[in-house]
Amino acid sequence: MTTHTLSVLVENKPGVLARVSGLFSRRGFNIDSLAVGPTEHPDVSRMTIVVAVDELPLEQVTKQLNKLINVIKIVELEPSIAVQRELLLVKVRADATVRSQVLETVNLFRAKVVDVSPEALTIEATGTADKLEALLRMLEPYGVREMVQSGMVAIGRGPRSITATAVR
Amino acid sequence: MTSATSRPTPAPATPGPGNSARPKPAPPTGTPVRVTGAQSLVRSLEAVGVEIVFGIPGGTILPAYDPLLDSTKVRHILVRHEQGAGHAATGYAQATGKVGVCMATSGPGATNLVTPLADANMDSVPLVAITGQQTRALIGTDAFQEADICGITLPITKHNFLVTDPADIPRIIAEAFHLAKTGRPGPVLVDIPKDVLQEQTSFIWPPELRLPGYRPTTRPHGKQVREAAKLMCSAKRPVLYVGGGVIKAQASPELLELAELTGMPVVTTLMARGAFPDSHKQHLGMPGMHGTVPAVGAMQSSDLLIALGARFDDRVTGQLGSFAPGAAIVHADIDPAEISKNRRADVPIVGDCKEILIELIAAVKAEKASGSEDLTPWWKQLDQWRETYPLGYEWPEDGTLSPQYVIERIGAIAGPDAIYTAGVGQHQMWAAQHVRYEKPGTWLNSGGLGTMGYAVPAAMGAKFGKPDSVVWAIDGDGCFQMTNQELATCAIEGAPIKVAVINNGNLGMVRQWQNLFYSGRYSQTDLGTHKFRIPDFTLLAEALGCAGLRCETKEEVDEVINRAMAINDRPVVIDFVVGKDAQVWPMVAAGTGNSEIMAARGIRPLFDEE
Repeated sequence: MTTHTLSVLVENKPGVLARVSGLFSRRGFNIDSLAVGPTEHPDVSRMTIVVAVDELPLEQVTKQLNKLINVIKIVELEPSIAVQRELLLVKVRADATVRSQVLETVNLFRAKVVDVSPEALTIEATGTADKLEALLRMLEPYGVREMVQSGMVAIGRGPRSITATAVR
Repeated sequence: MTSATSRPTPAPATPGPGNSARPKPAPPTGTPVRVTGAQSLVRSLEAVGVEIVFGIPGGTILPAYDPLLDSTKVRHILVRHEQGAGHAATGYAQATGKVGVCMATSGPGATNLVTPLADANMDSVPLVAITGQQTRALIGTDAFQEADICGITLPITKHNFLVTDPADIPRIIAEAFHLAKTGRPGPVLVDIPKDVLQEQTSFIWPPELRLPGYRPTTRPHGKQVREAAKLMCSAKRPVLYVGGGVIKAQASPELLELAELTGMPVVTTLMARGAFPDSHKQHLGMPGMHGTVPAVGAMQSSDLLIALGARFDDRVTGQLGSFAPGAAIVHADIDPAEISKNRRADVPIVGDCKEILIELIAAVKAEKASGSEDLTPWWKQLDQWRETYPLGYEWPEDGTLSPQYVIERIGAIAGPDAIYTAGVGQHQMWAAQHVRYEKPGTWLNSGGLGTMGYAVPAAMGAKFGKPDSVVWAIDGDGCFQMTNQELATCAIEGAPIKVAVINNGNLGMVRQWQNLFYSGRYSQTDLGTHKFRIPDFTLLAEALGCAGLRCETKEEVDEVINRAMAINDRPVVIDFVVGKDAQVWPMVAAGTGNSEIMAARGIRPLFDEE
């Protein structure tokens, strides 16, 4: 199975997320990650859905999603032609003895510290899943007290807009 | 300007198109009128051309029932159970091609619609269900008779709406009807909170539809059609595999033209019985689990299946891996998600079946100019199967009445202009096999969901939609006991349907499987309708305001059917007491390949051939 990233433009209406997520579980497809947010059009929201499926079931997922009345457009974003990002917030145990080492790691990954206390640092990082995983590996020895990660968001490279053609 | 409290005068009467064709109302346009949400709802229903609503009032839908009392255009049929309302709306829609409408209150009223909605969703029936909902402020508080019916029906409707602003009512009703009847038809639910119905709002018609994500493709792609025509002219063993979509698209005349143009054999699925005349010499009958040997054999041996509005359902394909192994697939359907869902299509065609057929006919004509295959050898094989394995049945050895005979006689006496509905089980399969259908819309059944209890309410709906047609519900004694309360509705509201209870005293199809696959261990299938004659169906019929007849011997069959045909002032129920051991054949056992079809117990024509 390969991983696919779907950008799904939906009407910004209550219940749409339930329709989409319900469809995936009902048809037996697993969602790796799902992120929803507004777009430049107030009536349109954008979901980025990452699924691990083969080509044939992917076609079926896309067709079934397209059948949902509130779904306006679906585009598969190939990693090679898209920018993909996730956001990570992680609270690392870091007292005075290791703080500078942790900060060094933070700088290496071009992450930043967003909160500090005598025993811990909270670090914010964005990037691809690989980069965030690498950062976490480096931080783990100090002790990860808590972490939260967003789903992936993605946008195609180049001047073209998928919303421009989809929205009147 | 009308005052806010006065009842608004009815919309200016426009010359109605009556019952002919699809009603095209010319509703009032221009300045908005001040009305309540409930009045807006009723006006919207009138404006989209609704003639009949099946429903039951209750707490939260009460406001809608008040202006309904004054409507001269919309007739409301008070049913006895919301499931009856849903199936009646389905029967109405299946018989007329119009959108069926049902109405219920919140909570249990709405949840009782779940089965008919799921049923309509599986069989692509255009339906609009309107449900009351608790007041907006109470939603989410587990209020009295509150149920999240939009959440519940999410997977079993084409779409649903929760109305939160009374000003949206005209638009949402217009959208609901548009969604229900266009593209692949299906059920749409509109949930309206009580206070939304009570609030003052303005009604304006026609509203502007806002469905940016809904653009069904109806025109087929020319290149795909030409590709299909090319395959059709070079195939040696083609089969036209016709599904319910042909009936939905009202494309029977075009199907007939294409079939005769190509000389190809035709099979009609359970949902498509009547789409192609049974009397036509190119018709091989029904494919699938209880299909004819020629129909199943033709598909298995085919080199080209042209699927028209069909969905390669497991009951048709049997074990998918061994289904029609040598066939290329042309798959035409209005729903792109059906294409290549189960069986990979070589030539996919998305579009309305009528438009596809029209273009296919033209393309095949053009292609035929450069020659096409001779189908004589193919027909020789098909005719040999037809001769050796015709549809038939054996008279029960114990001398009891044959259920197949009863059904065959009903079909023969009532004829091809009558409308037939069925429940689910043995009697349904026999009704699909042994009644001769000549016209679309004359065979209504629950194909996809397999809903026991469908027959009586669906027959009621069909009778209201086609009051001049004879409507027969061919039911089983198990099914009949699930929804027969609607006979009271039929008797009171004037729907003189005819019900043939094929009473074998058992849940017959389950019993057949227990006989075949569970060593004859009959667990919980004896209903006692023979042993104890509980209920006595003739007395039950009388109690419900119907004529109750009984028939137990072959000699009485024609006479009792004719008597039923003569009673038109009330519904009739005939208790046909038939043998319990009759079985449905041919049969492809669940999970096996179609080549293992058994014409009768132990006879495997296709398998033995090899």
